[in-house]
Amino acid sequence: MSLGKDLTGLEHMTPEQIRLILDTAEPFKEVSERQIKKVPALRGKTIVNLFFEASTRTRVSFEFAEKRLSADTVNVAATGSSVSKGETLVDTARNLEAMRIDMVVIRHPSSGAAEFLGNRIASNVINAGDGKHEHPTQALLDLLTIRDKHGKIEGLKVCLVGDVLHSRVARSNLWGLTKLGAEVAVCGPWSLLPRGIEALGVRVFGRLEEAIEWADVLNVLRLQLERMETGFIPSQREYYRVFGVTSERLERAPRPITIMHPGPMNRGVEIDSRVADGPHSIILDQVTNGVAVRMAVLYLLAGGRAELAEAAKGGGGNE
Amino acid sequence: MTRPLLLQGGRVIDPSAGFDHVADVLVEHGKIAAVGSNIGAPDGADVRSVAGKIVAPGLIDIHVHLREPGNEDEETVASGARAAAAGGFTAICAMPNTDPVTDNQAAVGFIVRQSGRAGLARVHPIGAVSLGQKGERLAEFGEMVGAGAVAVSDDGKPVASSHLMRTALEYARTFGIPVADHCEDPTLAAGGVMHEGLVATRLGLKGIPAAAEEIMVARDVLLAELAGGHVHLCHISTRGAVAIIREAKERGIQVTAEVTPHHLTLTDVACEEYDTHAKMNPPLREATDVAALRGALKDGVIDCIACDHAPHAYDEKEAAFDDAPFGIVGLETAFAVAHTELVLSGAFTLPELIRRMSTEPARVFHLPGGTLKQGATADIIVLDPMAKWTVDPSAFHSKSRNTPFAGRALSGRALLTVVAGAVVHDLEHATTR
Repeated sequence: MSLGKDLTGLEHMTPEQIRLILDTAEPFKEVSERQIKKVPALRGKTIVNLFFEASTRTRVSFEFAEKRLSADTVNVAATGSSVSKGETLVDTARNLEAMRIDMVVIRHPSSGAAEFLGNRIASNVINAGDGKHEHPTQALLDLLTIRDKHGKIEGLKVCLVGDVLHSRVARSNLWGLTKLGAEVAVCGPWSLLPRGIEALGVRVFGRLEEAIEWADVLNVLRLQLERMETGFIPSQREYYRVFGVTSERLERAPRPITIMHPGPMNRGVEIDSRVADGPHSIILDQVTNGVAVRMAVLYLLAGGRAELAEAAKGGGGNE
Repeated sequence: MTRPLLLQGGRVIDPSAGFDHVADVLVEHGKIAAVGSNIGAPDGADVRSVAGKIVAPGLIDIHVHLREPGNEDEETVASGARAAAAGGFTAICAMPNTDPVTDNQAAVGFIVRQSGRAGLARVHPIGAVSLGQKGERLAEFGEMVGAGAVAVSDDGKPVASSHLMRTALEYARTFGIPVADHCEDPTLAAGGVMHEGLVATRLGLKGIPAAAEEIMVARDVLLAELAGGHVHLCHISTRGAVAIIREAKERGIQVTAEVTPHHLTLTDVACEEYDTHAKMNPPLREATDVAALRGALKDGVIDCIACDHAPHAYDEKEAAFDDAPFGIVGLETAFAVAHTELVLSGAFTLPELIRRMSTEPARVFHLPGGTLKQGATADIIVLDPMAKWTVDPSAFHSKSRNTPFAGRALSGRALLTVVAGAVVHDLEHATTR
């Protein structure tokens, strides 16, 4: 089994492919715990991190994953590059291809940009977030973190809370979770829920209290502050009062609820600090797992085989 | 003076007269001289046997975007008229969203002159409703009509101000022309790139809800009633809009409407994989909308087919979905797509389709053509409805290639296109002039 050439989203992946990535990530977790955090699995491979949108967490996580696999990496940010000088995406793609690179990690504000690039270049393309479409490695690290915490994914009730309409994290999570057998719900103001979402096999809660009553896991989405300006919700203040995940609300839950957040958090808007820093939060575990999951994706797309991942990491530390 | 033309033994379909028989058609002095049996050939006549083929009034497309002046690399009046002739159209109406906007008599006159120079399909200009299509001040309808405009429209965008639309409908009455509106509530549609529905949700693309069209359709029919004017609703795409138009017609409001071949045959599923050739405005809707549009075209609630031919340079469509422009070309595929999907499926008869692509568009915009009556202008086509061909955009006469039908196997082609008695397209002799 392989992943194919590109990782553009989870919608069209099989459950087996998703499990393959999660299982391959397991042995790579340990690499980051070593004194010398490096294995030679991707030695000689060149990878371009092409970020058309600002990103700290995802870009750094990818870069660590690449470097810990010994790949040679180049970062291109939209500002200050030819991209900001009006070069089209297709020209950017052709120029990268002409430099004979092996992989591209792309983040882009337009939905479908990763697929667009993948269809036009021979290199492997990894989607690090495209518009409102998908952010597959974020969902994969969420899945891995849920599996670590609960020992399973199947049968768990996971609710995505907040701005589902504009969230690529929500879409990727929805596909990944349903494919692995979780029950999925979304919760938020109706103005931030996409039309027809029920048809994708998810439950919809209009009130956070109902979601808390139901869920084993809440994945709290970031509220992008520009949503107020564009009139989707009236104010942060009211959002926090109605949809803020607070310790008061969670105290009424029938069972302890695992709390996740893809970051960066707006403390006091979608989540309160006591919840984010509390005993049921696995938010920093998500960040840690992000590196291992991205190592697994890079390794598998480069042609590595899952059963050799253990051996690949075993050769580490000799650089 | 062009030679007389005698088309012998074809199946002659003239929806304007309810005529559908095997007959000869004689053209002299640019006019239809006779339709009947065993017509003798005048001296020097160009005599062609068209047995087994269809002879019909030329197709008319009342909604076409040519890019002259402003973007002649994408289309000119001449290249658009050539594409039209190849597609079986003897007349097309050019929307005014050129650069600069066709919003005055000089600009309208320019289109008329370019059309005359090309000498292919007739190109009738449509003037702008507002100066610069800015939606603020009315353009000079009277002078534009004097220069050859057949309608006014701000197409490409809606007339957002209800007051301006009302005034335009009232003022246009003076000159007996329709106001053609692109029905879209701009605040609801803002930023949208495809139909708002499940596919958009999955693709993470911003949707344009059906209500954005329906709100404007409802407003426009109410304003047409208030103003007593003729509103023509461009490229209707939703079942809800069909219901509103049906009710307005029942109430006797002067409303006409068009639908494109692509809205009759494709759904938002075509946007899967971010295919920018499926990006148009209004967007491709859902299967229930397609069914409602077909029903409405069949029973006349929607009057005619118009293809909203919208040429764009190939590299503009070679972009992320959000960044690509709206629109597709259609003149060279319109008849074959409609024939293959509507007639061969049994939903429409061939005379019904020709009526919706020729006689009705002529009536809606008060244009010559759309008939084979004796003495009418000889705008005629010969069709081979069973001609099988595969859409190859590189063979288009249009300067642009942006079509979602590339590679599609279709049935039906224009063999001969005759404008005012002159042959402007002859497929078998490969002489599209």
